[in-house]
Amino acid sequence: MKALQGFVRNMAKNRAFLLMVLPGALWFLIFAYLPMPGAILAFKQYRLDLGGFFSGIVKSEWTGLKNFEFLFQADDAYIITRNTVLYNLVFIALGLVLSVTLAIILFQLAQKRLARLYQTAMFMPYFLSWIIVSYFVFSFLSVDKGVLNQLLAAFGVEAINWYSEPAYWPFILVFMNLWKGIGYSSVIYLAAISGIDRSYYEAAMIDGANKWQQTIKITIPLIKPMMIILTILAIGGIFRADFGLFYQIPRESGPLFPVTNVIDTYVYRSMKVVGDFGLAAAAGFYQSVVGFILVLAANWTVKKVNDDQALF
Amino acid sequence: MNSPTTGKFRDVHRLPPAWNGLMHLIAGGFALVCVFPFLFVVLISFTEENSLLLNGYRIVPEKWSVYAYSYIFRTGDQLLRSYGVTVFVTVVGTIVTLVLTTLYSYALSRKNFRYRGFFAFLAFFTMLFGGGLVPTYIVVAQFLELKDTVWALIFPMAMNAFNILVLRTFFQTMIPDGIIESGKIDGAGEFKILLRLVVPISLPGISTIALFSTLGYWNDWFNALLYIDSNQLVPLQALMMRIYNNMQFMIQNSALLNSGQSREMLRSLPQETARMAMVVLATGPIVLAYPFFQRYFVQGLTIGAIKE
Repeated sequence: MKALQGFVRNMAKNRAFLLMVLPGALWFLIFAYLPMPGAILAFKQYRLDLGGFFSGIVKSEWTGLKNFEFLFQADDAYIITRNTVLYNLVFIALGLVLSVTLAIILFQLAQKRLARLYQTAMFMPYFLSWIIVSYFVFSFLSVDKGVLNQLLAAFGVEAINWYSEPAYWPFILVFMNLWKGIGYSSVIYLAAISGIDRSYYEAAMIDGANKWQQTIKITIPLIKPMMIILTILAIGGIFRADFGLFYQIPRESGPLFPVTNVIDTYVYRSMKVVGDFGLAAAAGFYQSVVGFILVLAANWTVKKVNDDQALF
Repeated sequence: MNSPTTGKFRDVHRLPPAWNGLMHLIAGGFALVCVFPFLFVVLISFTEENSLLLNGYRIVPEKWSVYAYSYIFRTGDQLLRSYGVTVFVTVVGTIVTLVLTTLYSYALSRKNFRYRGFFAFLAFFTMLFGGGLVPTYIVVAQFLELKDTVWALIFPMAMNAFNILVLRTFFQTMIPDGIIESGKIDGAGEFKILLRLVVPISLPGISTIALFSTLGYWNDWFNALLYIDSNQLVPLQALMMRIYNNMQFMIQNSALLNSGQSREMLRSLPQETARMAMVVLATGPIVLAYPFFQRYFVQGLTIGAIKE
């Protein structure tokens, strides 16, 4: 009884703050936590017509692991997992190398105003949505009007039906991801580099170091912690793909699915196009669980490297 | 710092010119690659339709024409409607996000909030694990019955843990304890302190969140893809999706034309150039506005990345 009284008193003392977090907490409960038990749909055959959210979940037929069997038996699970993970590995590796390089280049440029102009230009892709970008890509890859096929024609080479040939798409998708992301991630690194104490460089110059040596011995080691942490956190997200990139750019072209289908697009298509909620839920559950483990592992690793950079 | 050998002022921080030139080529080249596609689309939109059908997308149009734009202005009430939806969703959504996020983050930043650990966990756990697309879809569409309403475009995106992290960090580092103390001494309650004392000096942090939110809402097409079927509620980006294959969507649904006129308009539809003109009209505002706000985005993203 005493504990309850104490609890109520504490609530009253903190009531202003509790009122402040109430709307946000409500949002999290409804939009983030309420769906979580819905993960159980992966083990059921969900039907939309069973009347409402709760009764639909409770009354749907229990099918156990059947959805997962279907997912893993067909090549589907292997293909979408492979695509998701491999693309992300390439994105992370190339993204890191290119954005750090670009940041260093920007830092070294003598003409600062031009450098700022470049920065602003490089930032544009970040502000565009993938649907807009897909129009840009179309202007290059269109079979009859695209710039690439016109170039090929000028060299006497036969036009390529880009949207039907899977072979080119890993390169196209990697290029587009880098195009959209390098601008802004290099600016992040540039901000970090700009924060490095100039006296390090001056001391090095007195000792006769040239720019290259300064970069290798000063710049890179000092931003290494940030590089490591951002990379580890990115690896924690390796099971999630950028839905916009993989859905909009290939324009729903079926022949391309073996190289463009990732877990997120698979879940979406299973739910909305095919209407198989159970299968979609199973794939989503698979992604959430593996993703959860990966994020925990990534965060634990970051903690080992540098304790206060971790998220938790 | 004078060089002892030449006696001239030599800025030892400068790269040798050859390298500097190469760096400019690389950085400038990439900058051009980033900007070029948009410029290209602008040029395509000003091309004459037939010359485009004949020659394909050309960097320098064979023939110039503003027909695509005049066409859209005659039939473009769908464009106006979509603009209206997007603007409404963006403004209301950003306000909702700001209110929810500021209140939540501020409470989390205050050391004398007894339960802040719990509510921090509540927010940040969502970064680790989520229900997934299917259960979320069912919650929004069935349980909340928001399908085909404008709220389905607003609420699902209203909060995220990253914004809370950024704003909480901002409050923790930028608000001197003295301000809060002085408010307490004057007898003000927590809400008054927040609204009268803290918010006015927190505008940089709050506007960073506002910018993230505005960009997110303006560019969102996913929620419309999931939840919107009605033509009246199609936001700008979703409209771009619908006309991707086929501009006819615009014309068929135009209220400005009666059925006889729509048939006529359909025949003279400059499919290719009008599509690109739509892209320009949909993206123009962002392209013109973002250079001014770029700095705040970098600040916000850096705080989120460094978390110091």
